[in-house]
Amino acid sequence: MRLEYFQLIDRVVALDLESKTILVEAEVPTESTVFEGHFPGYPLMPGVLLLEAMAQTSGWLIIGLTNFTRMPFLAAFKTAKLRTFVKPGTKLALSAALEHEGSGYTVTTAEVRVDGKLVSNAEITFRLTEFPSPEFRTSMEKVAAAIAFPMQAHAHG
Amino acid sequence: MSSTFETVVNIITETCDIPRENIKPESHAINDLGIDSLDFLDIAFAIDKTFGIKMPLEQWTQEVNEGKATTDQYFVLQNLCTRIDELVAAKKA
Repeated sequence: MRLEYFQLIDRVVALDLESKTILVEAEVPTESTVFEGHFPGYPLMPGVLLLEAMAQTSGWLIIGLTNFTRMPFLAAFKTAKLRTFVKPGTKLALSAALEHEGSGYTVTTAEVRVDGKLVSNAEITFRLTEFPSPEFRTSMEKVAAAIAFPMQAHAHG
Repeated sequence: MSSTFETVVNIITETCDIPRENIKPESHAINDLGIDSLDFLDIAFAIDKTFGIKMPLEQWTQEVNEGKATTDQYFVLQNLCTRIDELVAAKKA
């Protein structure tokens, strides 16, 4: 997890296109300039970044389900809950499931667990568009490779 | 038709801060009711789930952008309800 680069996913553990679910993992860094302000002397993973991590988890699920043809952009959170504090160095297990696949939009449910305990969950809506440019898609493919997204099955289908 | 309209009105009032009495069959969701694109996504989600359909919003938008259709055809509520009924009938067929 590289907070300053908004890279909140470390690795895709499982992408199941049949059940339309994804499981990823991420480790909150022990040090980051983010913690200098959030909060001085009491570092906590910002809740908005936990939400972003769930959005990115869902985003990779959608990219997988759309065979790398559509780019999901975050549109709305519903019923987002931040249940406990998350401290630096914590290992997160994130998952997402498809709630509804609409025309031009998708709704997912996502959650974050630590040692099996639910720490955050949300229902998330995304707008789906074509990739804005070939370069954009290439950059996403690089990120996908870095997080072990199963590109071979989806990137050029 | 009336039950579809009533269901859509319920969805709109639950999603947006729009008084029920302002919502008429001839109301344009965007131009008259002022529903923005994000709220319309919520409405579309509720309609899709309630009626068990997938409204082809991207196709409708493309037709409007290409001048093949007007927004009235899809976003005036009585027309939207007709489209919903057609999609429900097509699914049952």
